[in-house]
Amino acid sequence: MFAFLGLFLVSCSDDDDNPEEINEEETITTMTVTLTPQGGGTQIILASRDLDGDGPDDPDITVSGNLAASTTYDGEIVLLNETETPAELVNEEIEGEADEHQFIFVVGGGLNATAAYADDESDYVSEATGTNFTTTNPVGIAFTLTTTDASSGTLGITLRHEPTKPNDGTLDGAGGSTDITQTFSLTIE
Amino acid sequence: MRISIFFMLFLYSLANVVAQDCTSSLSGRVLDYHNSTALVKATILITETQEQAFSDEKGNFTFNRLCDGNYELEVSHPSCTTQIIPITVAGNTSIEIRLEHHLEELEEVQVIGDAVPKKTNSAQEVTLTSETLEKYSTASLGEALRELGGVSSLNTGATIVKPTIHGLTGSRVLILNDGVRMQDMEWGDEHAPNVDINAVERVSLVKGASALKYGGDAIGGVILLEQGIFPVTRDTLFGKTLLNGVSNGRGGNISSSITKVFTKGWYLKGQGSYKRLGDQEAPDYVLSNTGIQEFGASLAFGKRLFEWGFGAKYAYYDAEIAILRASHIGNVDDLIRAINSGQPQTIEPFTYDIANPRQQVRHHLGKLQAYKRFEGLGKWSFQYDFQSNRRFEFDVRRGDRDDQAALDLELTTHTVTTDFRWDAKDDFRLDIGLLGRYQDNFANPATGVRRLIPDYERLDFGAFAIGEYRLNARWILDAGFRYDFTQIDAKKFYLTSRWEERGYDQDFADLVIEDVGTQLLTNPVFNYNNFSATTGVQFSKDNNSTFKFNYALSQRAPNPAELFSDGLHHSAARIELGDLRINSETSHKFSLSQEKNFKNWGFILEPYAHFVSNFILLEPTDVEFTIRGAFPVWGYRQTDVRLLGFDSSAYINWTNNWSTEHQFALVKGNDLDNDIALINIPAANLQNKLIFSKPEWNDLEVSLRSNYVFRQNETPPNIIVFSAEQQQEVPLAINTPPDAYHLFDFYGTMTFGLGDTATLTASLGVNNILNTTYREYLNRQRFFADDLGRNILLQLKLNY
Repeated sequence: MFAFLGLFLVSCSDDDDNPEEINEEETITTMTVTLTPQGGGTQIILASRDLDGDGPDDPDITVSGNLAASTTYDGEIVLLNETETPAELVNEEIEGEADEHQFIFVVGGGLNATAAYADDESDYVSEATGTNFTTTNPVGIAFTLTTTDASSGTLGITLRHEPTKPNDGTLDGAGGSTDITQTFSLTIE
Repeated sequence: MRISIFFMLFLYSLANVVAQDCTSSLSGRVLDYHNSTALVKATILITETQEQAFSDEKGNFTFNRLCDGNYELEVSHPSCTTQIIPITVAGNTSIEIRLEHHLEELEEVQVIGDAVPKKTNSAQEVTLTSETLEKYSTASLGEALRELGGVSSLNTGATIVKPTIHGLTGSRVLILNDGVRMQDMEWGDEHAPNVDINAVERVSLVKGASALKYGGDAIGGVILLEQGIFPVTRDTLFGKTLLNGVSNGRGGNISSSITKVFTKGWYLKGQGSYKRLGDQEAPDYVLSNTGIQEFGASLAFGKRLFEWGFGAKYAYYDAEIAILRASHIGNVDDLIRAINSGQPQTIEPFTYDIANPRQQVRHHLGKLQAYKRFEGLGKWSFQYDFQSNRRFEFDVRRGDRDDQAALDLELTTHTVTTDFRWDAKDDFRLDIGLLGRYQDNFANPATGVRRLIPDYERLDFGAFAIGEYRLNARWILDAGFRYDFTQIDAKKFYLTSRWEERGYDQDFADLVIEDVGTQLLTNPVFNYNNFSATTGVQFSKDNNSTFKFNYALSQRAPNPAELFSDGLHHSAARIELGDLRINSETSHKFSLSQEKNFKNWGFILEPYAHFVSNFILLEPTDVEFTIRGAFPVWGYRQTDVRLLGFDSSAYINWTNNWSTEHQFALVKGNDLDNDIALINIPAANLQNKLIFSKPEWNDLEVSLRSNYVFRQNETPPNIIVFSAEQQQEVPLAINTPPDAYHLFDFYGTMTFGLGDTATLTASLGVNNILNTTYREYLNRQRFFADDLGRNILLQLKLNY
């Protein structure tokens, strides 16, 4: 009886290969938003970085400074997956599927500012066809943020996958599933 | 038909007249195979002449005035399997005939919680028969099992159905498919057993001492899926074809089986089925992406004689199952939005296409078995089985990854079992057996997603002994015990941050075998020694009244999910975390059963009390923030629980044609450590059925069933999460139960003769006749969409 069990143990213990490490291909670890004032001034950088992806560590959020009042900023969003070396630029995938993605901007908490889309799908080359999209729904990789009076509040930036397109630019109206969402606390002075 | 019988009788009587001149005789004795006692009142029929004789008090019988020559004897006895025995008569011939006195295939299982008993049968009807299973030909095994009292199911949509017995599911319910314990990825709520219901001919629910034979960890119970028993003494060919069409899903299936039996016990059996459904529909909308494609086939052959036999079987199962599109969500805000909106976020026109998210499962099963009976001793059996289970899960992914599985597991299992049944004494039976099992799980790294379940090897060894003692005609006692050893040897990568957050760097530092930067490769090896035991008593006052009591102790080693889960579940918007510190759970279950049958009615009452210490459960513990938003963390923990419940059923035969059946089941589950209700406990449920049957009208049977499911009022509290969208803490109504609902089903069937042996059965069923909108507490997709609307089923069955 035990000989029989022993046979099992012997015959099966030769599989000592270690498994291969997997780095998440789809994780977005880093979102960097560059706000450049039109007509010159100090660039403001908003960043969120979460190197352990779905792990327990919270994302590290930084805002480089305060916004100027009554200014229009050109915004640009860069997404990276830094678990891979070199870091993967996730923007390429978003652009290639621009018709399936959209950033939603929510200004809240009394911040005197408005966000507007500065791009549309036809600015990007479709991964599927190799040519520019012919549709013109907004995407939001490029946007503008226009400030008015001094105040403080929040700017929420959410990337939705497979939203309803076109939509009214609100989170509820867009639907879909959330790929990334971050809220930055901002001050206009 | 009738004319030909008369004609044959006429011929036989002629033959008898001719035989009058013959002078040989045949005498003999009929004995019990196991203990050589005489069998009284056995019927011995000479099939050629239709002459028959009965055995006397000493088992003796005689035929006189026979011609010399070859004959075939059909020997039958009320409590034995009938045997056909070829014999050559030359002069005065004598013969000793040994019959098996145990009808053991039926006695092997002791069963509880059955559907309402058939009125013709004073004994408890123990199983779901093939007629019942055929009603569910286009559905799943889990749905058919709900016909048994006390069995419910945990669903993911309408196609992924996990059976739940007395409130327990998953690894606590063992499923044996034709003697082979199903080894599939049973640990996830969205993983249903890989069984083609059309390949199953009988289903039993096992409790009591005999359950130990199949495993000591069956805390919920054992479900046996069996093949029908066919006579192997005659040269025959028979088969069955089912053709089904259903309106909800706009599809159907075809299933066919054929069995060829040769003389001398050889048999060959083949079976195959194919099912295809498109998107299913709730009363108000299409449930987008809920189609299914399923294919199953099996081939078996062997030799089955009374004294020895062997068999080989191969079965294949392949399913591609679409998962409701609206149930794929990104973070907790998406879940809140889905719950609040009350309807699916994605509703598209009907299609047959199966898109992502979807599951694809392939299951191979091979089996070799042999048995030998030793006269006056018992029966020895041996079995080897092999299973290979491959599971792919495709998710909605970014970039060109739609055809790259997000989960890709390959589970390979080899099992050897052997047992010996000592049944030489009429009043005592002993079963002893051994089990050895090796299992290997491989998680393919090509997914580009960190493994939810790691690579591991698992080794099992078990030994059991079960005894049954018939004190007298009224009392039966049984008892058994079992020992199981389990070893799990895993190789798993942990994120360094997770390893430290869990405190494993303190407790399990010696498990780390490699540090690759942000991740650690670890090699946990855990051993579990489990004991289980059971004892029971059965008292039958007379044929119409039975009382049973059973106590069972079971222990179950944690499964890989409970130990190693580590990652994000998209369909639930939660991070699931196993715990390396989890140890075996121990269960004590006390059950009573009281059955009574009167002239026109009868009932069964079955209360039970079930206490499980170190019960492993998954519950929300924390919230973690990622760049994707907030996610509730669901952690496995252990607690002591109590389950109290009862099943009851009754039948009444109002007239010869009209009858009713009634069932009620209730179970309450409590987490004793925290004094809260247990999650996912089925709501109380009341079923009533009105049946009209008229055998004279082509076996007409028409029934109307009402199924009332109460609201589950006892659930754990909802959790509070931080919503990034709303920038505040909000309640997540994840445990709020849906309302009670009431469904009506119709079923009607008729059978028509086609020639000598073939019959055609036509049936029409309508489920959810009133197209009621409802959601079921035990359906994980209740957050996203309503359950199924009306479904019309049409079935044609051809027996030949």
